[in-house]
Amino acid sequence: MTYEQPPKKHVPTQKKVKRISIATVILAMYIWTFMSIDIEWKEAFNRFASNYNVVVPQLFSPNWARAGEVIEKMVETVFIAYVGSLAAAILAVPLGFLSAINMTNSRILSTIGKWVLSAVRAFPEIILAIMFVVVVGPNPFAGILAIAIGSTGMLGKLYAEVLESIDMNVVEAMQANGANKIQIMFHGIIPQVIPEFLSYAIYRFEIDVRASTILGYVGAGGIGTMIFFAYSNRNWSDMGMILLVIIVVVTLIDYGSTYIRKRIV
Amino acid sequence: MANNINKPSLNDDRYAPLLSPWRAKAKLSLVFFIILFFLWYSSRTTGVDFGDLIMGFTNMGQIIDKLFPINMDVLAPAFDRLIETIHMAIIASTFSTIIVIPVSLLAANNITHNWFVYNATRLIMNILRTIPDVVLAVIFVGIFGTGPIGGIVALFIFSLGILAKLISETVEAIDMQPIEAMRASGANTIQSIAYGVMPQVAPQFTSFALYVFEINIRASVVIGLVGAGGIGQLLMSQFSFNNYGAVMTIILVIFVVVVIIEYISTKIREAII
Repeated sequence: MTYEQPPKKHVPTQKKVKRISIATVILAMYIWTFMSIDIEWKEAFNRFASNYNVVVPQLFSPNWARAGEVIEKMVETVFIAYVGSLAAAILAVPLGFLSAINMTNSRILSTIGKWVLSAVRAFPEIILAIMFVVVVGPNPFAGILAIAIGSTGMLGKLYAEVLESIDMNVVEAMQANGANKIQIMFHGIIPQVIPEFLSYAIYRFEIDVRASTILGYVGAGGIGTMIFFAYSNRNWSDMGMILLVIIVVVTLIDYGSTYIRKRIV
Repeated sequence: MANNINKPSLNDDRYAPLLSPWRAKAKLSLVFFIILFFLWYSSRTTGVDFGDLIMGFTNMGQIIDKLFPINMDVLAPAFDRLIETIHMAIIASTFSTIIVIPVSLLAANNITHNWFVYNATRLIMNILRTIPDVVLAVIFVGIFGTGPIGGIVALFIFSLGILAKLISETVEAIDMQPIEAMRASGANTIQSIAYGVMPQVAPQFTSFALYVFEINIRASVVIGLVGAGGIGQLLMSQFSFNNYGAVMTIILVIFVVVVIIEYISTKIREAII
């Protein structure tokens, strides 16, 4: 008994050409990448062989003597993230309303809002931190400003998406009953969006804790300062302690925030 | 009856309207005051001073004078370094998307039924995700020395953590019926994964891979600051020479590239899903 293969699906030529050209572009990209990147493999391998035993065992034997100091800096880091993301959660509200097309009813305004938000998002936090260190000096406040501005970009975008997905029937019904703009705002729109706004703000706080651990590297306060010193002195057991504290604190905050977000939504 | 189980009933206290609004109000006010208290406390400890900010803006004026006119001489080296950044991101994203396939299958509870393997993989990936990208870069630059290779390894580990979470969640959400049908007609594990799981997750998989590439471009700017190659390294060296005109040029170049890549990757992702 012979089995026949099921008939092959007919693929139009246009689609075939499209697929082949995509594959060619991707292949060309990889050839370009591997041909032109300048890595001295041999030297890197030698360095790896000689440094491995210096770095890795020390990382896994954290220097407990500095635990107190590291924890203190980590608390400062969490505070930076807290103030920064709270400020962003408030700053993002007007920008979110501006970018949501159903709130402004104007394509121009909402496009401007979206452009502003994506422009803000294009700056990595650490570059914002460098700028604010120049403005307010090397202290935690510079970190707070960097976090606040950096988070506004993402929160504003998420807020706008939430606003665009609300039930507009409620708003229309209120308008028909003669409610004014402020009444619509407080009784029609805000009750619909508040749980998701809060949930995103808490989620952003989670990301900000991670982001603010590195701000100190350019002098903007928090545990990053210690990372900088441990790295410049090649003190890997201090680095191990810092890593341990970061991992524990970030994990705890993640669990806490997931729990709160589940309760809210 | 089975379908009655999840229906809310008014006897259930959770679904009943609150009879005493003051209780809800008291609870909300309490939360509000706790948030305010933390705000006050942490602003005090971190030294928030809006006076500094306003004073700083006069400083900012001077800095802006320094930042402009931008220094176009740095454009050629910036472009070279930018290419290096893109290469680093491409290599790191490629390897992490390959490695993440087995890892994400091990971290999905509908594919991996072994409790120990599932939880161990998840734990390792969660720990990887908590380590900030710059810390990874510092460690791998310490091991491999300055240059792109430390950066590539750091980006690889960093994106592996993100991808493993996203993709294992996608795998957990797939329809298990085709796989059961395949198992019943005698397919082995590899076959049921290749023909049952992969076609279901392929669009999201591609979209997440692009997303990680986007994140890697941004992250490779940052990790360059610690000497891990790419345009970040150039930025940091110009910054330490107080060469602000060049710094501004590099920031603008980064900005333009990030916007362009985000735009392209969003368009491709929209086309896929």
